[in-house]
Amino acid sequence: MFGYYIKLALKSVKRNPILSLLMITAIALGIGASMTTITVNYLMSADPIPNKSHQLFHIQVDSWDPNNAFNDDEDALPNQLTWTDATNFTHAKKALRQSAMGMSGAIIEPAGDDAKPFEASIRLAYTDFFAMFEVPFIYGTPWESASDNNREQVIVLSKRINESVFGGENSVGKTIIVDGRNFQVVGVIDDWQPMPKFYDVNNGAFNETEEVFMPFSLKEELELPNWGNNNCWKSPEGEGYSAFLRSECINTQMWVELPDETAKAEYMGFLNNYVMEQKELGRFPRPLKNRLSNVMQWMESQEVVEEDAKMMMWLSFMFLLVCLLNTIGLLLAKFTGKSAEIGLRLAVGASKADLFKQHLVESAMIGLLGGIAGLGLAVLGLQGIKSLYGDFVDDLATLDISMILVALSIALLSSIAAGLYPTWRACNIAPASQLKSQ
Amino acid sequence: MLKMTDVKKVFRTDLVETHALRDFNLHVGEGDFVAVTGPSGSGKTTFLNIAGLLETFNGGTYELDGQDVSNLNDKKRSQLRNEKIGFIFQSFNLIPDLNLFDNVDVPLRYRGFNSAERKKRIESSLEMVGLAQRMKHLPSQLSGGQQQRVAIARALAGEPRFLLADEPTGNLDTQMANSVMDLLKSINAAGTTIIMVTHDGQLASQARRNIYVRDGKVSEVNDTDAATAPHLAAV
Repeated sequence: MFGYYIKLALKSVKRNPILSLLMITAIALGIGASMTTITVNYLMSADPIPNKSHQLFHIQVDSWDPNNAFNDDEDALPNQLTWTDATNFTHAKKALRQSAMGMSGAIIEPAGDDAKPFEASIRLAYTDFFAMFEVPFIYGTPWESASDNNREQVIVLSKRINESVFGGENSVGKTIIVDGRNFQVVGVIDDWQPMPKFYDVNNGAFNETEEVFMPFSLKEELELPNWGNNNCWKSPEGEGYSAFLRSECINTQMWVELPDETAKAEYMGFLNNYVMEQKELGRFPRPLKNRLSNVMQWMESQEVVEEDAKMMMWLSFMFLLVCLLNTIGLLLAKFTGKSAEIGLRLAVGASKADLFKQHLVESAMIGLLGGIAGLGLAVLGLQGIKSLYGDFVDDLATLDISMILVALSIALLSSIAAGLYPTWRACNIAPASQLKSQ
Repeated sequence: MLKMTDVKKVFRTDLVETHALRDFNLHVGEGDFVAVTGPSGSGKTTFLNIAGLLETFNGGTYELDGQDVSNLNDKKRSQLRNEKIGFIFQSFNLIPDLNLFDNVDVPLRYRGFNSAERKKRIESSLEMVGLAQRMKHLPSQLSGGQQQRVAIARALAGEPRFLLADEPTGNLDTQMANSVMDLLKSINAAGTTIIMVTHDGQLASQARRNIYVRDGKVSEVNDTDAATAPHLAAV
């Protein structure tokens, strides 16, 4: 009978094309608006590294001003570390993997007379960064641990930089000039864009990943500029780059990989001991408070999904509800217009259950058509977001297969829900009066 | 075969209570052709609706094919309607955007027949009413008489024991009405029991039995007396 109901639903849609179009449009508008905002929220709050997000921890220690908390929330801890603490934590090697990291940038000078120098962003990190975050490589490998310690001028390129400088060929072993110095290419990574960019949400949770990667230790060696956020509660003691690095200014992120609860507890013990030692040296004037946040906890605490986006999503749901209420009215009108047919079907042997199913299929079909049209509107809506906010939301403003399925499911379920009352009304007409009145 | 005993039907609104049937008693045997006549508002159509299980009643008993139908649920009632009863209406009640084949198919769909069986029955029914060549036509492409023939084909496709006809010729001219009446008589001759509500005394006289309904009650007239019955002359 399901095939028969589909056939009848199609005929019914064709029979009242304007009424059907109005309903499809109403659902499409509601679905389009909600899917646009749901997609943005979904991608903002997605787990960027689901297989190990619970094993990766961002470190926070309270090295801030003794008289003022890091922000208005007394419970808040500084969202980055000082260069000193991050370096010490990494060198202590108390976790399975660990990496201090920061952002910088420099001029890259491609070989060849015609090639123009260009500026590129740099992620300064330890070699564990790549294994910890499962960064995919096309060519080569991460640099050796010794390169971190020996401050070797080695570099890992993004796929895009490798294409623009080396034409996309295997550049491992070749030399590239960065900031006027020769760097040896040890690896080229594939397209890699965790969304959100969880490892450095302070500097733009939806920014693109950096274009090249080099050892964190080179920051001091080459006095590379700080491209990310830098917050200070007191001025550096002294002049020059070294004083800045060793100041209480926070500008470095630090992630560790801790495979289980025991490792996490042990690492927390290590952090507490470290801070207590530092207190004896006159640092960490505030009460002892350290925190390890896994990926999802970290993104939640940093409010990666902005309140505005959440508000927009709820508003769009309200809009969908209004569209559905409108659809209920239109379905009522449509099914009332079918009273004679319903009366006849009852007379010739259809049960109320048969008619209920028939009309729910019709509602679902309208919902499905509305959902498909709504997807088109959602694509337009996401294009609008891209044009409003620029390229950096490109990856956010994209419908993936799961969101398409969600959109169609919402359209189906909501149209079936909208069809329940009109269908119930239609199935409870008195057939005798309808048959006589024709 | 169809037996109503003291059947009552009351329509109630907030202000008015209307007794459509009062102690309605009737027995219709297998193969009967019964014409039901009576003035407007006498309860003819209410009787037909109750007989066709389209309406419930407030008192009395109704047995259809030996089965008491007083307390059946919707599913059982619809199953009985589908298997045992065929309806013919004054205004044909064809579904305008379904072709003749699909219109006749409607009751068969709820019967659960497979497509081959449905096709055989539809073609046979349309053949019987002389419209087999036009099964892909829409109702709007047919005359009134032809549309009523399609409605009869639809009613017959499920091979029901009863055919309930409510003013089947009311919307037709005399020639078409006679043609439809001839068809009904041939169907009755083949064994189907027919109960026909009509205002037309001439048509009623062609039935084997005549029932006259007044004020929700029934009086029966023999077929041989039908043409001269004083109340029928007044209809």
